Amino acid sequence: MSRFLIITNGRVIDPVNDRDSTGEILVEDGRIVEKLSASARQEAQVIDATGRVVCPGLVDIHVHLRDPGQTHKEDIRSGTRAAAAGGFTSIVCMPNTAPVADNAGTVGRICDAAAKHAAVNVYPTGCLTVGMKGEALAPIGAMKNAGIVAVTDDGQCVQNTEIMRRAVEYANMFGLVVMDHCQDASMTRGSVMNEGYWSLRLGLKGWPAAAEDIVIGRNVVLSRHTGAHIHMQHVSTAYGVDIIRRAKKRGIRVSGEAMPHHMFFTDADCQTYDTNFKMNPPLRTAADRDAVIEGVLDGSLEVIATDHAPHSPDEKDCEFDQAPFGIIGMETALAVCLEVLVHSGRCDLKFLLARLTHLPAAVAGLPKGTLSAGADADITIFDPHEAWKVDPRNSLSKSRNCPWNGHTLRGRVKTTIVGGRIVWDGTRIIGD
Amino acid sequence: MQAEDHWTRKDLIGIEELSRSEIEMVHALAAQFKQTLGRSQKKLPTLRGKTILNLFVEPSTRTRMAFEIAAKRLSADVTLVEEIGSSLVKGESLRDTAQVVQALNVDMIVIRHRAAGSPLYLSKIVDVPVINAGDGAHEHPTQALLDTFTIKERLGSIAGRKVTIVGDILFSRVARSNIWALLKLGAHVTLTGPSTLIPKEFAEFGVEICHDLKKALTDADVVMLLRIQHERQSGTHFPGLGEYKSLYGLNADRASLLKPEALIMHPGPVNRGVEIDTVLADSPQSTILQQVTNGIVTRMAVLYLCMNAATHRLALS
Repeated sequence: MSRFLIITNGRVIDPVNDRDSTGEILVEDGRIVEKLSASARQEAQVIDATGRVVCPGLVDIHVHLRDPGQTHKEDIRSGTRAAAAGGFTSIVCMPNTAPVADNAGTVGRICDAAAKHAAVNVYPTGCLTVGMKGEALAPIGAMKNAGIVAVTDDGQCVQNTEIMRRAVEYANMFGLVVMDHCQDASMTRGSVMNEGYWSLRLGLKGWPAAAEDIVIGRNVVLSRHTGAHIHMQHVSTAYGVDIIRRAKKRGIRVSGEAMPHHMFFTDADCQTYDTNFKMNPPLRTAADRDAVIEGVLDGSLEVIATDHAPHSPDEKDCEFDQAPFGIIGMETALAVCLEVLVHSGRCDLKFLLARLTHLPAAVAGLPKGTLSAGADADITIFDPHEAWKVDPRNSLSKSRNCPWNGHTLRGRVKTTIVGGRIVWDGTRIIGD
Repeated sequence: MQAEDHWTRKDLIGIEELSRSEIEMVHALAAQFKQTLGRSQKKLPTLRGKTILNLFVEPSTRTRMAFEIAAKRLSADVTLVEEIGSSLVKGESLRDTAQVVQALNVDMIVIRHRAAGSPLYLSKIVDVPVINAGDGAHEHPTQALLDTFTIKERLGSIAGRKVTIVGDILFSRVARSNIWALLKLGAHVTLTGPSTLIPKEFAEFGVEICHDLKKALTDADVVMLLRIQHERQSGTHFPGLGEYKSLYGLNADRASLLKPEALIMHPGPVNRGVEIDTVLADSPQSTILQQVTNGIVTRMAVLYLCMNAATHRLALS
């Protein structure tokens, strides 16, 4: 492979530099450059991006790679390949592995495995509390040295407010964001779907929006009093979006994350008891879905992330009550966002891509998400209009738990470049 | 696709998806079967040679007995699998159980399960008819069929009648199935009980919600009481049995608000002295035992119709 790369004739969109124009992107030795010498141009590999969008490699700050310990669902190798196929060049993986990543050793092991097997950049997170039990602070400083970019007990929201207060204070000392999965566990025991008309109709245990809103509210208060940055993961409720919106207006350091599935589906989609519509937080009402979209549009939720949560077919093929929460989402995320936000006319491409590139990178403190000269040459090229039918059997993930199965979506990733190297060419992973 | 006078379903999953005429077909056939009950030779040869598996993954006494007797009256062979002592407790998945059952060549499965939606799930795996005998808080279709059959038998008609359902609606599959059945048959349905057990979204089903028991009972043609699951909800959803009884227990004084001929129904098992005073439970207005008897004939009708539809399908394919 050449040291030089020329991507030509594409519509270059680099939101952080407010760029949206047809032009060239040049790469030399894994970095984006402004100019190439004549001899370099001779030698360079050329990608013709006519009719396509060229943008910074997408950044997903909410991914479950299941490695170590649950590698029948996913591992670093398969998960990062699914990421590449979805146009993501940098992903932040959650620490609820087996064992959980609550110490520098486990974090180091994840970094080592990523260095060996990953197709895209992997940034680990560490637990907020030991064993993700919500009781005692994990060694956050040591994990920071081992490479974590954020702390979170994702999936197990810290219930004790005193522990949470100390945790955010302590993490803030290291400049680490706390990412919180907002869920009051006392209100959601046995809950499997949103509480409302559909949970009553299906006879399934309801999950009230209040259980999420209360913890979002708590976190706003804690951020206000500590000055620490708290990031609200996968916000799914209308009132939750509003709490974040108001907090931001008051200058409180909170950020928010929207999921493609919460912008696309509603709790009515649970009506066939298909477990691919069971996730945490659950699909909410149409009003909540619209509010999440509105939150993305007005900046209340500045990040779009996937919560890619693989589970094996055996685990998902059961009664709704018994199924684990979560769906895979990296390969469909861009197309779903294009459908919901861009093709619908709600926003333009540059606005959407900001939420998938430099804004999530900024929340996690990653030096990613731009095509500025000098930046790592992480680049995604996609056709925003190509229609394709989702078939989870073609997924590069080890799992198949995809609720878009059978949907036709517009927007297809054609090339994914990580550090100047093409890893996905639109049909396959390069180099495997 | 549903022909007016022809039953084509092989599965009975819920009342929600049934049409009014389908419900009435079950009632009509149940009425015919009821005429045979008085005979000394009760068995009909209708399902001779068929094997019905009662898969009761959640404990049940009266529903299980009624299904068993109904099947035997139709000359079917019945096998019972309960959770206790079966491989289900050893962690076998419902899919595997279903496939084993299918391999045993049974002709029909009657399933009772804690998880809402499991009969539907099962029906997608197996080819044979699946009858829902109660799934979580979702549906208990045969209970609603027998309840509406009983109302029709006693009052002659259902359309325009005022039916009040009292108690734990939130956790009750009986309530849900009855709401669907009664609405389809043209009744006015009122739900009454503590606000914690009747989420406001129930109004979207097309029923009225009224937390004042006296108002809800006034001029009702039928009152349906539900068993209060105090062992599960006491303390979180209502303070205790004493307060429940004082607010929502049916006694003679409150029953006097009903229409004179009104029916008092209960699917059982009854908490005597809580949902209902003993005197009323044993009064001529009470249909409790009639419901049990009708539970046999309505289930005979369901078994017959679904088996017939399945056989028909097989013949066509």
